Amino acid sequence: MVVAAVFLLLIPFAAVGLSLINTGLGRSRSAAHTMLTSLGLMAVAAVVYFVCGFAWQGFSGRPGYEFVLAGRPWNWIAAEPWFFQGLDLADPALLGAWFGMLSVGLAALIPLGAAVERWRLSASLLSTALLAGWTYPWFAHWVWGGGWLAELGVNYGLGHGFLDAGGSSTIQAVGGLTALALVWILGPRRGKYSLEGAPAALPGHNAVLVLSGCWLALVGWLGLNGAGSFLLYGLEPGTGTALIALNTMLAAAAGVLASAAVTGARFRKPDASLSANGFVGGLVASSAACAFMAPAVALLTGLIAGVLVTLAVPWLELRLALDDPGGAVSVHAVGGIWGVLALGFFARPGRVLGTPGADAGQWLAQLVGVATLVGFVFPLTYGLNWLLNRLYPQRVAPEAEQQGLDLYELGTGAYPEFPTHTDEFGR
Amino acid sequence: MKLIGFLLLLAGWLIVLAAVAMLGVSAPRTDFILAGFGVEILGLILVIRAHLAPGGDPR
Repeated sequence: MVVAAVFLLLIPFAAVGLSLINTGLGRSRSAAHTMLTSLGLMAVAAVVYFVCGFAWQGFSGRPGYEFVLAGRPWNWIAAEPWFFQGLDLADPALLGAWFGMLSVGLAALIPLGAAVERWRLSASLLSTALLAGWTYPWFAHWVWGGGWLAELGVNYGLGHGFLDAGGSSTIQAVGGLTALALVWILGPRRGKYSLEGAPAALPGHNAVLVLSGCWLALVGWLGLNGAGSFLLYGLEPGTGTALIALNTMLAAAAGVLASAAVTGARFRKPDASLSANGFVGGLVASSAACAFMAPAVALLTGLIAGVLVTLAVPWLELRLALDDPGGAVSVHAVGGIWGVLALGFFARPGRVLGTPGADAGQWLAQLVGVATLVGFVFPLTYGLNWLLNRLYPQRVAPEAEQQGLDLYELGTGAYPEFPTHTDEFGR
Repeated sequence: MKLIGFLLLLAGWLIVLAAVAMLGVSAPRTDFILAGFGVEILGLILVIRAHLAPGGDPR
């Protein structure tokens, strides 16, 4: 319990890291807005999760609603009271609730990376309330709360059931798919695409923020992967800590090296922002199997994640016309889904979970989880945000994009003493 | 096209669920899960195509 609590204390560093990355990859005219929005999203996510999110998500071994299908129980949602009622101080579920609150905050930050510079502050808070109160808890219950995905092994013989120790699916892919929905709903930034569809380069304003954010994200991810493994899968900190830390580090290292190599080969010089994306992509992919794979496998997982993310960012921008300044879709959706599948392909969770004979069919359980993300979570989050957008438009006014969101929504810029660039007031 | 794409996403997921719930540990279960996933990929392609504005968005 104490070790898990120490790991939980590290997780906010991941939030700081993601916030700095999102801010640095946007333009200076909206930097303060992005940082304030990050704080606001974390705050709304925490409050909504406290009010009803945990009640839907629950914790493994605690009550849930079930129906019976073909003779087997399907636990589809938790049956906890609202406002954390029923949790006492000695209950391990209280730490689980804290982990959930931090996790949903992280998931809420991910869409901001894609929607930055055109997402109204108030609308982003409402959208996050939907994510923290409905989308995230529902899927997180299925994976971490003793839901039907987690029980696929017991009920249907699919390995150990769907596994995800650090949140490659529940946090990263859910956040990344919400980012994809928002990019489509909001549309690209003003001036990003010409009438012919050619994209313009709108580079981020501060590579130092981005790369510093990567360091902080690493610390946070060590906490995320460790806390998830100990709290949700009951792993022993004594034996698990070193392996989880090694795997997290190796996946991130391989991700950034792969990314630097790919961009170096393509552009003759390594690209700082894409390399940062590769680093975070490695972290994202490491989360699912961090406690279940050998270090060499973690290296391979991070390497493939780095290549995938580096290729996905320009492909989505050029071929699919997705304006995603922070690379959130590539890093978190693609990287997260890859992490989930990598567990099924490469990891041997049975040795860690004490049932070495049950690894057969694990890849199928992971595939069912990915199918749920794509076939249920994505339509759900798209539908909720589409509905919100109809009732309360989420995109800022055109003049806001010309001025920058700092001036338009906050009244002051992030860098008031810096000279204003000529493009600050539109072209 | 977008609506059909989303319906295909949901249909693919339901095929996966039906395969898990109704078919025992056998080869057809794996095949049906893969087929359901394939239907989802098809739906995703339709949703992507629906969002590809011809000529781009000059906003």
